[in-house]
Amino acid sequence: MSQAPTREVARRVFAREFNDASHTFKESDDERAPVYLLLPTGERANRVFLVGTLTEKEDVGEGDEYWRGRIVDPTGTFFVYAGQYQPDAASALRDLEPPAYVAVVGKPRTYETDDGSVNVSVRPESITAVDAATRDRWVVETAQRTLERVTAFEDEGNEYARMAREEYDLSVDDYRQTALSALEGLDETDELDADTTLDAPAE
Amino acid sequence: MTDLDTHAEDIVEQFSDHLDLTVDEVEERLDNLVNEYRVPVDEARRSVVNSYLDEAGLEREALGGGGNASVGLAEIEQDEQWLDVTAKVVELWEARSDSVAQVGLLGDESGTTKFVAFESSDLPELEEGTVYRLENLVTDEYQGNFSVKLNRTTTITEVDEEIEVGDDAETVEGALVDIQSGSGLIKRCPEDDCTRVLQNGRCSEHGSVEGEFDLRIKAVLDDGESVHEVIFDREQTEALTGMSLEEAKDMAMDALDTTVVADEMQSGTLGRYYRVSGPQFGRYVLVDEFEQLSDPVDAEAALIEARSI
Repeated sequence: MSQAPTREVARRVFAREFNDASHTFKESDDERAPVYLLLPTGERANRVFLVGTLTEKEDVGEGDEYWRGRIVDPTGTFFVYAGQYQPDAASALRDLEPPAYVAVVGKPRTYETDDGSVNVSVRPESITAVDAATRDRWVVETAQRTLERVTAFEDEGNEYARMAREEYDLSVDDYRQTALSALEGLDETDELDADTTLDAPAE
Repeated sequence: MTDLDTHAEDIVEQFSDHLDLTVDEVEERLDNLVNEYRVPVDEARRSVVNSYLDEAGLEREALGGGGNASVGLAEIEQDEQWLDVTAKVVELWEARSDSVAQVGLLGDESGTTKFVAFESSDLPELEEGTVYRLENLVTDEYQGNFSVKLNRTTTITEVDEEIEVGDDAETVEGALVDIQSGSGLIKRCPEDDCTRVLQNGRCSEHGSVEGEFDLRIKAVLDDGESVHEVIFDREQTEALTGMSLEEAKDMAMDALDTTVVADEMQSGTLGRYYRVSGPQFGRYVLVDEFEQLSDPVDAEAALIEARSI
């Protein structure tokens, strides 16, 4: 039975960890082989799913439309860029009014700046407006996935953890702390007032 | 000659449902081949069995002779396998072709599978809700999905027992991260027994046809660990999106474009979390039930669990 190439799973990762990543790699020499971003907690990501607050959007294109969105989660900011080759996502950004909760499915992209550091952004496949319950669910889910990765980091045979140790000089315990803080923040807002909607979450 | 005697008894037993043989006459034929014509015993047996198969108008596989597998209906994973099952007729569907006598769903403890009985097999009719012992069924595979076929040699015996039909529905959940092409307002081939989705007004089997409108969504649910492809049929699509087939047609008519329907459906579903359940059909879970996961999350419980790591 012939099989279409399997679809890449969308990883759950907080902005803090996502932005710390910089190393990309392929697992075959094939030109069309998927490119993976190596997450510091030891996982490969060809696609991500994130939910956060769109706080700003700007058309930074010269001539053609090229939208940049800032999407904030409890740990930091995702940068999302959509141009003519992402027409659905670009028109979603054009139409959305910040602040708004949005869900983004997209691919990690890296580029090297003039000073040699690597910036990471998301090239969206889709951006849709969602509600606060969806955003909260994502925070819990992403915290759980992050903690699972941290727990598995020392496992023998965890090849992406080994790669992360080689490529990065980062403490995975920081990501455990970040995940816990994200959950604590959620827990506190629950207690405050279920009816009050949260503004852009605190850093 | 006790050896030939045993072979002869076996053969008589094998054909007991089909031919009225005596051990003596079978043994005589074997003896003739083996002792007169110097044919090895195995080959002699083969040859004799073949001639009786001809006489009975059977295929070799139809004999089975107790060699049939007993596999749970939901666990079939082999094409052209001979089976004996005790199963309940869960549903009878309308036969969409003249050659089909009956079609429907058989169930046992493991779950359910589709069955087909052909007119040419001339079998007694099965009744919905009744449990039968069915011997000599053969499995069939189409695009990774298995069904069973009843045939001329199938024996059907009503049994007086109740079967608790197993639930083989898959339940998957995750964020809806993609709606695939071929979703939204589609057209299907109107030919009998063909429900293929048209591509540019053409059916891959029947060519250019006047299609019939339908709604469906082929979606991807992703939980961060694995992806699941799921299909919402018209009813489930209407429930998911709140858009009826008529509304979808009006919307497409106004826009002179059917793709607006899928676009509209995306904006209300992408990025949300769902749990769906239904039977697995090849790569897809066919959605029988779904719910959006929109309850407030229990951050405290998650936190307690997280701290314990």
